[in-house]
Amino acid sequence: MGYNIGMRLIEEFLAKTGAQRCESFRETADMISKVGFKMFLNTVPQIENFSSDGTSFSLILTENPLAEFVELPLTQYPKIHKELWYSQLYCGVLRGALQMVQLDTDVYFVRDSIRGDDKTEIRLKLNKVLKDEIPAGED
Amino acid sequence: MRIFSLYILNKAGGLVFQKDVNPGIAKLTANDYLVLAGTLHSVHAIATNLKPAECRSLNETAQTVNGQILSSGKASTPNVNNLGLQHVDTDYFSLYVFQTLTGIKFVLVTSPVAKQDHSHESPLSTKGELRKQYELVEEYFKQLYVLYCDYVMKDPFYSTDMPIKSTLFEAKIKSVCEA
Repeated sequence: MGYNIGMRLIEEFLAKTGAQRCESFRETADMISKVGFKMFLNTVPQIENFSSDGTSFSLILTENPLAEFVELPLTQYPKIHKELWYSQLYCGVLRGALQMVQLDTDVYFVRDSIRGDDKTEIRLKLNKVLKDEIPAGED
Repeated sequence: MRIFSLYILNKAGGLVFQKDVNPGIAKLTANDYLVLAGTLHSVHAIATNLKPAECRSLNETAQTVNGQILSSGKASTPNVNNLGLQHVDTDYFSLYVFQTLTGIKFVLVTSPVAKQDHSHESPLSTKGELRKQYELVEEYFKQLYVLYCDYVMKDPFYSTDMPIKSTLFEAKIKSVCEA
């Protein structure tokens, strides 16, 4: 969910910031949190738990505009608290946007404060930089 | 400078948009436009391979650009066409190529750079004119790219990489390019 939004949103991100291709995934992380999230959601998530090989990190959302006025219902269905990631949209948007700049990633929720967890954590894992698909013309 | 027409090419070099915004340029057939777009795309790609044997990467600039965006929050130009074909200048028109990080190309055909007839003038002055027009066109490209994401990418009825048939987008393009 959100993948197609991300594919389109990246154009706005690039048009309005003029960002260039990142040298490392660390730089990508900074651009996502400090420029991307700031621009579209006016919040700057923290970057934590960078893996030692530099291919995965977590975004910690201190505030989540999508879930600001949301409470999950208390029902007898355990599914809601076990399987529903309310803000799953973020994952698709991030994956779609990164795909368009030739970064093949997996994005998933680890924790969500709306479920009663202590923090909201989204994990990004870089699978591959799709080098063959980088359009000609860049350095 | 007068803008004659705008072309938008998708990642694969297919023409998704073509519009003569101001009169002054002869019309081609629909097929010719497609061929022109495809040819430009290929020439651009081949041109990226034409470089000195020891080409020093300009990547450091890309790094500083991102660094600047991060530290100051100031936008920079979204053009990443550093190695490919950037412009073609003839007596009758100039053609400029702008490329985004996602591989979309915007091509503008404009009136030629004002020619200086004084042969005694140094060639540097024409170079200055070329540069000036290039920078002016760069500004147009920035605006056009913003229009593209606002009126094409945000159009739920548009499917990516397909021809653009938005009248609203056409109208906005016209208002930017007319003058």
